[in-house]
Parts: sequence; C-alpha cells; structure tokens
Amino acid sequence: MSTVFIALQANEQTRPIIEAIVLDNPHAIVNQEPAMVKIDAEGTLVIRQQTVEELMGRAFELQELHVNLISLSGNVDETDETLTLCWNA
Amino acid sequence: MDAKVNRKKLGLKEKYKLLTRDLGWEPSYHAKEKIFPYATYEGIKIHDWDKWEDPFRLTMDSYWKYQAEKERKFYAIIDAHAQNNGHLNLTDARYLSALKIFLQAISPGEYAASKGFARVGREFPGVGTQVACQMQAIDEIRHAQTQIHAMSNYNRFYNGFHAFAQQRDRIWYTSVARSFFDDAMSAGPFEFMIAIGFSFEYVLTNLLFVPFMSGAAYNGDMATVTFGFSAQSDEARHMTLGLECIKFMLEQDPANLPIIQSWIDKWFWRGFRLLGLVGTMMDYMLPKRVMSWREAWDIYGVANGTALFKDLARYGIRPPKSWDDAEAGIDHMSHQFMLGFYQWSFGTCFHSWIPSDEDMAWLAEKYPKSFNQYYLPRWQHIKKLAEAGTPFKNFGVAKLCQTCQLPTVFTEPDEASLLCHREGDYKGEKYHYCSDHCKEIFDNEPEKYIQSWLPLPQLFQAPNFGDIGAWMAWVDLKDGIDNGDYVGSQDEANFQAWRGLATSNSNAQAQGEQ
Repeated sequence: MSTVFIALQANEQTRPIIEAIVLDNPHAIVNQEPAMVKIDAEGTLVIRQQTVEELMGRAFELQELHVNLISLSGNVDETDETLTLCWNA
Repeated sequence: MDAKVNRKKLGLKEKYKLLTRDLGWEPSYHAKEKIFPYATYEGIKIHDWDKWEDPFRLTMDSYWKYQAEKERKFYAIIDAHAQNNGHLNLTDARYLSALKIFLQAISPGEYAASKGFARVGREFPGVGTQVACQMQAIDEIRHAQTQIHAMSNYNRFYNGFHAFAQQRDRIWYTSVARSFFDDAMSAGPFEFMIAIGFSFEYVLTNLLFVPFMSGAAYNGDMATVTFGFSAQSDEARHMTLGLECIKFMLEQDPANLPIIQSWIDKWFWRGFRLLGLVGTMMDYMLPKRVMSWREAWDIYGVANGTALFKDLARYGIRPPKSWDDAEAGIDHMSHQFMLGFYQWSFGTCFHSWIPSDEDMAWLAEKYPKSFNQYYLPRWQHIKKLAEAGTPFKNFGVAKLCQTCQLPTVFTEPDEASLLCHREGDYKGEKYHYCSDHCKEIFDNEPEKYIQSWLPLPQLFQAPNFGDIGAWMAWVDLKDGIDNGDYVGSQDEANFQAWRGLATSNSNAQAQGEQ
C-alpha cells in the first residue's frame, strides 16, 4: 500500500487539526519539520470536521484547511464532514 | 427589525454545482467549436465535460474568503520582517544567492503560469475546469507579486536583486525557466495542463517549495518562508487539479492514453532539468541545511512519485521514460551546477563560492556514491588555485542544450566521469543536447525548438556582438558588484558590518569586524 501525506504549517490554528488527524488515524505518523508538520499515513488519511471542532472548541469548515495547507498527496475527496486522501493501488 | 430567518446553508456538493455547472450555458447562435477552437486539435477526445469535478469543490465565494485570509497573514509577517531588520537575522548573506536565483528565474515563471492558466481557462469548454483555471491564474499572479514584494526588502540592502525582470529575458541561466514556461504556453491547452498542472505541480513542485521553504525557515529568512508557505497553500489545490485533469482525460477516451503518456515523458524531464537549480540552492547555498537534494528527492520524488504512478497504472500510464536516468542524475546534478556557476561566475547576477571544509564534509556524507570520488578533488584543485591567487575562471562560452537551454555540464547516466553530449542535424543545421531525453523531445517537435531563443548565440548577435562588457550592461549586471565570488563581495562586507551594528552599541567596533 502506498503512503499518502498532508503537510500543514506549524501554528496555533493547525495544532487541534493535527491532534484530530492523529485521533482519527491511529496509523498516521507525525513528522515535525522546521516550520511545518508532515503527516504520513499508509493507504488512507481522513480529516473529520466533527473531531476538529471538538478539539478546536468552535465551528470549523474543512475548507479552512486551505489557509494553512502546504502540500498533500493522494486522490482527494472532500465533503462537508470529511476530507479523505487515498491511493487506489 | 426583521425576524432572523434561519436559512439552511447549502451543502458543499450542492453549492459547487450551483456555482460552477449552473454558470454555464449551451450556446444558441454560435457553434461550440467556434467558441472553443483549440479544444480538439491536440487529439484529446472529451465526451462529457460535466464529469470533471474539483475534488475540493472550491467555489469562487470561498476562494476569495480564504485567499484574503492568506494575504492578511502574509502581509502581517512581511511588515514585521521589514520593520525589524529581518534581513540581519539570516544565518549568512551567502544564502541570498538562492533568493536571487529564485527571483530571477522562478518568480517570472509564476507570472507565466498565470498567463497560461488565464488562457487555458478560456480555451477549455468545461465550466468546472474554467473555474478551477481561473482560480489558478489568480493564484499564480499572487505568487509572482508576493514573492517580488517579499524579496524587495532585500533589494534595499543587497546587490543582485535589482533587475530581475530584465534578466528574466536576457541573462543566460534564467532562460532555462523561461523556456520551460514558454514551451508550455505555446502548446495546446491539454498539453499545458499536463506540463504545468501535472508534471510540474504534482510531480515536482513539492521539491521546489517544501524543503526549500523549510530551509528558509532554518536560515532565518522569515520573508521567504512566508511567501513560500502562502504560495504552497495554493499549490496543494493546483496539484489536485493536475491529478484530477489527468484522470479525467484518461477516463474520457482510451485513445487519449498514448498522447498523455508522451506528454508525461516530455514534461517530467523538462521539469527535472529545471529543478536542478533548486538542488544546487539546497545543497550549496543554504548556510544551514535541512536536507540534501538527494534526501528531498527520496521523499518527494521517489516515494511520492512511485505511489502516484502505481495509482495511475490502472489507466495504463507508466512512469516517465527518463525516470531511471533522473534517479541516476540526482547524486551528481547539484555538484555539476555549482561547479558551473563558480567557473562562470563573471556572468551570474549572484555570488558563488568554494564550499568550506565543513560544507564538503557534509556533502560527502550526503552523497556517499559521488562526492568524494568525483567532486571533492575538483573543489580541492579549485581551492588550491584560489589560494595561489589564480582563481579558476572560465571565460569560455558554454555549449547549451537546444531543448532545456542548460549548459551541457551533465555526465552520462551510467558513467559519471564522462560528459554527456548529443548532437543532431535538422535541415542542414547542427543542434546540441545535454541528454538522450532532451534530444528526443527536440526530435518530436523540431520546428518548435529550432525557434528557441538561446542566450549564448544571442551574445554574438546584435546589440552586443560578442562584447562581454556590452553584454553586462545589456543584462544590467555590474561587474565586480553583482557577480563573482562571495568572499570579498560588497554583500559579504555589508552583512557583517550591519550585523555588527545590530548586535553592538559601538559603531567603531562593528565597522572593525568588516
């Protein structure tokens, strides 16, 4: 299975997002790099709006991710509730 | 006061449909082929444009909202950087050479990409694609502007930043990036998408922005980290657009496969050659390094590229033909470029230098297969010449590859002690290439590449007729100030003096550190 990743700027806004990713994707590996955090996950990685909102303590639209997103890999599917990255092979 | 009405918010999918598809219409008094005259000549067959969908489902209203937020963040930091003498927090002013190359070669590429996406957004008949291309055209012009703006603060203090727009058109090494984008812009809309949207953005852009911007953070350059990450937040969307477009084209008609594969073969190699400049910036020009070009390639090229091409294999796509030669070149290219920049430093609007012993130990550790065997002896020889007061300068003119426009400084993929050079004839003229892949790209479209503007033949034409002094004035390069070795340069002296002033109360003491 190939690895997908998402890289986010390391800042106050992304801290709860990264915590939510770790909670929802136990197989994810978090790499702290200068000024950024890169999260690798085998096969699939899901970001759930609900988990982010609970940790952030406010309403959060998944598209807000764009502000702090650095890069990603894999096929993307975004709905109101989830953002999924996956490789099909 | 009116009672507050609780209206249900539109779902993402519904909003996307309303603000893309539903903005389109069927023409009634003009033939569709006349409105979109460039949509078919490349041979790509599209049966249903509505099948194309942006996976982020970003609509224009959200786009403006999030882009505005990015801009506010960007300018807050740029202002702080300028107000707080951010330029003195750099690890070393050597680092600025990387920025000068970026400004002269890469930022104008962003502008070219903006023009390209504005054009293909008009040429594609699908509404979803038009909206996504419009966003990307606006993104790219934002990138060019924010980069120029962020780096303008350095232009107040250091040499070599002053004439990037002129140098984009005239100096030799920038024509590598310029010809890449001109090549894409003068192709059809589908080839442009594969060139910029897929090969450059998806396969290669991570190598440009991610490790290099981390490097800027490591070297105290807050301005560049900020424009880099701000641009990169758009790139994630561009990459997704590139991948979506290629999947869409492959799903629409099986006849599209061989055309797309040939574009992937061409554009991967074109992009790979271009990014060699970034490899040199990472391996040699960052005083404090995050990772080597080889390590960045292993993460963002090999791991990510392998996953991508494995995923696309279900459509019959295979990795680019030049993949193995690219892999072999990774251990050599940054060293070959830096040796080139050093010996031709009279003609560069940035400084180069001989790596320190500490730098060379790092390079040896990061390049166990190549550095000590092939490049350390050359640097040691160059160092000996410099110490003897006879620095190695090459005032000869490099032979350029007709396709990628780089000097033919590369070695054979399987023999690193042998210079790689290919030659071909077309209509009675001789042409030179840096590699089999560049020759093949030329051979597939000779009528396009014989028209290439090459900076070194230009040197011998009007208005300079081979006069190096006249050429320097023409490219706005001040000899002895903008070019040559970093050691002994004005940039070096000023950085040390100003940094001394910034960290001490005594002007005399600070001046004495020069």
